[in-house]
Amino acid sequence: MANIKQLSERPECLAAGHRLCGGCGASICVRQVLMGVPEDAQVVVANATGCLEVSTTIYPYNSWNVPFVHNAFANAAATISGVEAAFKGLQAAGKIPADKKMKFVAFGGDGGTYDIGMQSLSGAMERGHDMVYVCYDNGAYMNTGIQRSSATPRGAWATTSEVGAAQQGKPQVRKDLASIIAAHGVKYVGQSTVGHWKDLVAKAEKAFAVEGPAFLNVLAPCPRGWRIKSDQTLEISRLAVDTKFWPLFEVEDGVWKLTPVKEKNQKPLEDFLRPQGRFKHLFKPGNEALLQELKDDVDAYWRYLEGRVEGSKDL
Amino acid sequence: MSNNKAFSATGNQMVAEAIRQCDPDVMAAYPITPQTTIVENYAKFVAAGRVHTEFVTVESEHSALSACVGASSAGARVATATASQGLAYMWEVLPIAAGMRLPIVMANANRTLASPINIGCDHSDIMGVRDSGWIILFAETAQEAYDNTIVSFKVAEDRRVLLPVLTTLDGFITSHAMERCEMNDDQQVKDFVGDYEPLYPLLDTNNPVGHGMYANAPEFAKSRVNERAAMDRSLSVLEEHGKAWSKVTGRPFELVDTWGTEDADYVMVILGSAAGNFRHVARQLREEGVKVGIVRPRVYRPFPAEQIAQACKGAKAVAVMDRSDSMGAACGPLGADVLSAFYTHGLTVPAKNYVYGLGGCDVSNEMVRRVVADLEKVAEGSADRSLTYLDA
Repeated sequence: MANIKQLSERPECLAAGHRLCGGCGASICVRQVLMGVPEDAQVVVANATGCLEVSTTIYPYNSWNVPFVHNAFANAAATISGVEAAFKGLQAAGKIPADKKMKFVAFGGDGGTYDIGMQSLSGAMERGHDMVYVCYDNGAYMNTGIQRSSATPRGAWATTSEVGAAQQGKPQVRKDLASIIAAHGVKYVGQSTVGHWKDLVAKAEKAFAVEGPAFLNVLAPCPRGWRIKSDQTLEISRLAVDTKFWPLFEVEDGVWKLTPVKEKNQKPLEDFLRPQGRFKHLFKPGNEALLQELKDDVDAYWRYLEGRVEGSKDL
Repeated sequence: MSNNKAFSATGNQMVAEAIRQCDPDVMAAYPITPQTTIVENYAKFVAAGRVHTEFVTVESEHSALSACVGASSAGARVATATASQGLAYMWEVLPIAAGMRLPIVMANANRTLASPINIGCDHSDIMGVRDSGWIILFAETAQEAYDNTIVSFKVAEDRRVLLPVLTTLDGFITSHAMERCEMNDDQQVKDFVGDYEPLYPLLDTNNPVGHGMYANAPEFAKSRVNERAAMDRSLSVLEEHGKAWSKVTGRPFELVDTWGTEDADYVMVILGSAAGNFRHVARQLREEGVKVGIVRPRVYRPFPAEQIAQACKGAKAVAVMDRSDSMGAACGPLGADVLSAFYTHGLTVPAKNYVYGLGGCDVSNEMVRRVVADLEKVAEGSADRSLTYLDA
């Protein structure tokens, strides 16, 4: 992988001046992921409806220095699969040179991926298009006003999973999207975060190197929805990893690899939760049991991943 | 004139052949009967290597049209096919395709919508999308479905238009029944349709562009004004290319097909396959001394209002036959369009609107006679002119 100096010299695919909030994880995710596009390939980007799309494409302005298409909320995966099919069809017609190298990538938030875009994504992964789908996961429908999604962590406040006398935030656990996509048998699935640029760019390079479908799930904090300051995005991303809330792992040809958290870096889950306003009720008297359950969820998921690593090591 | 041999084929076979001859770069489709055999026929062409098309077998109709939007933005010639619930499931993406000015061609086998679930023909599905910005053609026969499909590519991709086209045929009645058909040579179709030269393809990576952008109020409205102008322009473009194709084939192409309207006292306006039934009874009635005419729009969007008003101007009474309803409205969809065409063109001829043939109900000779009997009273001013259902 290139070093940070070399990465900094790569062309910017997303220009400055877009309307995303300060500290938004989505734009950091896009810039890091697109650094993973092979240098001899051109890229086309599709984007599901969401903050990223509405903030980067306000006519007559366009922040994208690469070809870009937005269609609707649920269908970024189907849309990019159509672009990829067009590339193949036009190559077959002799209208695009046979040796032209192109990569196709779709970005969607967790709402557009875990929820409304799930079927479109599953279909595209199954069909085997040469594409990378990237979910920038900020754990709620931030663009429409912080409504809960199936990516919202258990216990988190959202505007449709409120905190009150009868309910303490979202009752359900987060959907394990990376495992679901891995179950499609795609060649590469990676989970990373914008707080670990080296890990993310390396995983993006692997995803783009695959001929066929690949998937990246990227934790991309939303200061507005997480109720953190805009300069805390990267720090909170790293805390997500160090507390094992957000394990870094990948599935390469069916083989699971989990990045261990060094003992000196390990931190209690509270260190990730406490700085975020969306979890503040968890620290009020009476919610001790719920907090313990969240810790148990984190431990259980880590053990699950260790099991996948163990079970796939001889593949 | 063509010297093509006649053979028997279904409407679906003819549409599949027309799409094959136009050789799209991408076809993305999902099986919804009664269009399913269009896609099955096309899959055989793909397997036999007779087309270069990248064939994308998607997991839903929503994704079918979504993939078509991606492929068309990329610069490909694109086709798909659907029907009924499938068209309804695509609904969200229909105005997107039109607003993005993508020349996608989609065949629809017109069928009703649930509930109750029913697979028979009516126009509920297609009328539900009549305001989505797509050009809409209605075929009466399998032959017309073939010709309309070929003309659709030419019109959609014409730079004066750049709009998606729905080329429709009536479900089962036209999609599945065998009819006498003829086909032109592949080369004739190729020469007529020509190559598609996209304006701003995504795959032109030297000139990166954005498709499907966000637009605030004034720019949004401007884009709608442009879309409306393109839709209006497309009527003469349809006529131009339809006539040009007619010259190749020797088969007629009229925006509005008329029969007996020159001297008709009673005119019936009808879309699609049932026009033949109506003409059959009209012939009988003429032998009995009742002068009946039939007006059949072959193009429904843009609506050929002037041509329809012109064809009806000598009538004493007009019946507008809707094969679907607009629940709660004063008229069915075609009724509303025709009456507004009359008003706009200064016609005061009395008219009555009927709903017939729902969910595959038969269209009987007796039904047509009943309409004409009504029209005699409508002309005298003695009939109830409210919307009337004929099936039940």
